[in-house]
Amino acid sequence: MKITIRRNQKPVEYKLPFKSTTLLKALYHIKSYQDATLTFDSNCRSGVCGACAVRVNGKEVLACAYPIESGDIIEPLRYHPLQRDLKVDKTQAIKTLKTSTAWLHQSQETTISSEQVKLTEKQSDCILCHSCYSACPVLEVNPNFIGPFALTRAYRYTSDPREADIKTTIDNIQTNGIWDCTLCGECTEVCPQGIDPKMDITMLRSTASQFGYSDPNFQAMDFGFGGGF
Amino acid sequence: MLDILIIGTGGAGLSAALSAKEQGSTVLVVGKSHPTTSQTAMAQGGINAALGNVTPDSIQSHIADTIQSAHGLCDENMVKQMCEDATHSIKWLEELGVPFDRTPNATVAQRQLGGASSKRACYAQDYTGLKILHTLYDNCLKEAIEIKELFLLNLVVEDGVTKGAVFLDTSTGEIKQIIAKSVIIATGGYGAIYKNYTTNADASTGDGIASVLRAGGRVSDMEFVQFHPTALRHSSILISESARGEGGYLVNSKEERFVDELLPRDVVARAIASQISQGEDVFLDVRHFGEEKLLSLMPQEVHLAKTHEGIDPVTELIPIKPVAHYTMGGIDVNRTLEVNGLKNCYAVGECSNAKIHGANRLGGNSLLEIISLGRQVGKIASQNLPKEEPKIRDTQLQKDKEFIESLFEEYPFEQNFYQLENNLGEKFYKYAGITRDNNQLNNLLNKIRVIKADIDNMGIKDKSRVHNTNLVDFLQFLNILDIGEIVAESAIIRDESRGAHYKEAFPKEESGYLAHSLFWLEEGAIQNRFEKVVKQ
Repeated sequence: MKITIRRNQKPVEYKLPFKSTTLLKALYHIKSYQDATLTFDSNCRSGVCGACAVRVNGKEVLACAYPIESGDIIEPLRYHPLQRDLKVDKTQAIKTLKTSTAWLHQSQETTISSEQVKLTEKQSDCILCHSCYSACPVLEVNPNFIGPFALTRAYRYTSDPREADIKTTIDNIQTNGIWDCTLCGECTEVCPQGIDPKMDITMLRSTASQFGYSDPNFQAMDFGFGGGF
Repeated sequence: MLDILIIGTGGAGLSAALSAKEQGSTVLVVGKSHPTTSQTAMAQGGINAALGNVTPDSIQSHIADTIQSAHGLCDENMVKQMCEDATHSIKWLEELGVPFDRTPNATVAQRQLGGASSKRACYAQDYTGLKILHTLYDNCLKEAIEIKELFLLNLVVEDGVTKGAVFLDTSTGEIKQIIAKSVIIATGGYGAIYKNYTTNADASTGDGIASVLRAGGRVSDMEFVQFHPTALRHSSILISESARGEGGYLVNSKEERFVDELLPRDVVARAIASQISQGEDVFLDVRHFGEEKLLSLMPQEVHLAKTHEGIDPVTELIPIKPVAHYTMGGIDVNRTLEVNGLKNCYAVGECSNAKIHGANRLGGNSLLEIISLGRQVGKIASQNLPKEEPKIRDTQLQKDKEFIESLFEEYPFEQNFYQLENNLGEKFYKYAGITRDNNQLNNLLNKIRVIKADIDNMGIKDKSRVHNTNLVDFLQFLNILDIGEIVAESAIIRDESRGAHYKEAFPKEESGYLAHSLFWLEEGAIQNRFEKVVKQ
C-alpha cells in the first residue's frame, strides 16, 4: 500500500506493509521504522482527545479512526499556521472560544430535566479536533470568523438552563460570528462526533433575534430598490 | 514572582488551577499538549458520590467499598476525606456547567460500577471525563488562567526545596526555567510503559513521577497497576465498565458466562486471563440491550467497536482482552499532598499516591480524586506559600541544556528506541502484568538494565530544533525506563498477592506485606524499603 503525505507543501510517498490499518498506525509505523522526522500530533488513539485531525483527500478526518486506502493523500488542517508536516498551531483557532465567551457567565441553581440535557448532549460531545474549522470556507475569506466549534460551544452554554445571562454570549458572537456563516454545512459533514454546527448557528440566530439582533447582511441588501423600501 | 506552577493540564491540574486562583494565588499551568487532549478525556464510566439518587447510598458505604478495594493499603483518613467531599465536588462541577445525565426526577443520574454497593457513579453518557475536562477548560479560559505547552525535563530542587522546573519548549527548541514559590505536579500515570497493551494515551509516560525520582523525592506502591477487563482485543481501546454495570455479559468462545461481571476489576481481569490461557477467546455481550438502549447509554462504545474492531455491538459479540488501565502507585505524598522528600512540591491525581486506591482502584474514584484532591491541593498550596521568594543557582537549567545539546551532537541513533519501546511494552504486559512470576520479573528487570546501559547508542535521528517530536518521544522513553525499572523491582520484592498485584507462587495476602513499598534514588542508585501501614 502507498500513501502520500504532504510535508511542508512537498508530497512524499511512503510504502506500507499493511493491507488495512488506521492512518494513525501508519503514521507511527513511518515514524518508528522509516523516517523519524515525520511530525504529527496524536494521543488517545480512540477518537476522544482531538489531537490527530488531518485532511485525507481533501476531507478532514481523525487519523486514529480513519482506515487508510492505497493512494490516499494526507495533508495538515487548513487555516492553522503550519508548524511542521502534519502538525499545526491550534492556539490562534482556540482563541475563538475566548472571543465567543463560551462558558456559563452567571450560573444559577435550577432543576434540569433529562430532556433539557438531551438538547445539547451532542454539542457537549465536542473533542476540539478543529476539523470543522479547517473545513469552513468562510475562514478562507475572513480569518477573524469565530468559526463552527466555538459557536457550537456558545450554543451549548446559552441553551443550558443554568445560564442566567444568555445575552453576554449572544452579544459577543455578533461580530465575525453567527451572521458570517453561510450555512453551507461543510462543518457538519466532517465532524467526527456527528455534531451539527450549522444547526447550532441557526438556533443562535433565532436566540439573537429575541435580543433584537438581525442579520446585518439582510439590512445591507437593497433588493434593487435603491436602499429601503 | 509566580506563586504556583502547575505541571499537567488534565482534570487534576485544571481543578488545582481554578481553586488556587480562587484563593488569590497567581498560577501558571504547563503541559506537554493541549489541555483537552489529556488522559482525563478518556475516562468514560463516571464519578462517584454517594448521592443516593437512584438507589439508597451513604458516604459510609462509599468509604467501606473504597477501603475494601484497597486491600489494606489505603489511609482511611484520606479515603474518608475524599468520600465526604464527593457531594461538594459534584455540586461544584454542576455549577461550572458539566452536563451530567439526569434521572426522571431531574436529579443527577447514577449508574452501577464494579465493586460498588450502590448505583454511585454520576455520568454523562460514556463521555463523563471528556465533558468534565472540557468544562474545566472552558472555566480556565473564563478565569483567564494562563496555560502553556512545554515538556517537563526536571524539577528545580536545591537543598531539598522545590523552586520551579526546567522545560523544553518544543516549538522553539529552547530550554526554559520557570521559577515559582510552589509546584504542583499533576502529570498523570505511567500506563504507557505497557505500550500497545494499555487503554492509556501514548503520553501517559509518568514524566512527573520520573522527575520526582531524579530530584530525590520518593515514589511508592509502583507495583500496583490495574488491568481493565474489557479493552478491544486488537487495539487495546477501552470499553467502559458501565457496559457490565448496565448488564453486559462476559462470555467465552462457547458463549458461556464464566464470572460474575460485577466483581472488582482485578478478579474479573484474572478470570478473563485464565480463559485466554486455556485457549478461549473472550467477548463482551451487550446484544440483549437492544439498539436504542445501547446507543443512548454507550454511544462512544458502539462507535469505537465499529471503528477499531469492525463489529457492531448491536448484533455481534465484542472481542476483548484485559490491558493496563490505571496506575495506583506514584509520587509518595503526605496527607497535605506534599511530596515526601521535596519541600514546596505537591502531587495530585494519577501521578500521586495519596493512599486512596491502595492495591486496587474502584471504578469512578479516579475522576473523584482528580476533582476533589485537585481542588484541595490548590487550596493547600495557596495557604502555605513560602514567605520568601526562592533564589536559585541555575545549576539544573545548565545541566538540562547540556544534556539536550548532547542529544543533538553525540547520540548516534544506532539503536532504534521505538522498536525497543514496543518490545518492552509487550514484555511489561507478559511479565509485570495480570499474573506475575519472579523469574520473569527478573528477566524483565535485566532487559531494562541492558537497554539503560545502551542509551548512548540510541538518541534522536531527527536533528531539527523546532517541533521535534522524535526528541519528545525519546525523552518519554527515558522516563519509561526509569519508571519501568522501579515497577519491575517493586513487583519482585512483594512476595504476596494483593489487589491488582498477583503472583501464582504467593497467591495470598501476607500480613507481613501490609506495607507500602517506597523507592528513591541515592547517588543514582535505587533504594527501597517497606513502610508498615499504621492502623488508625
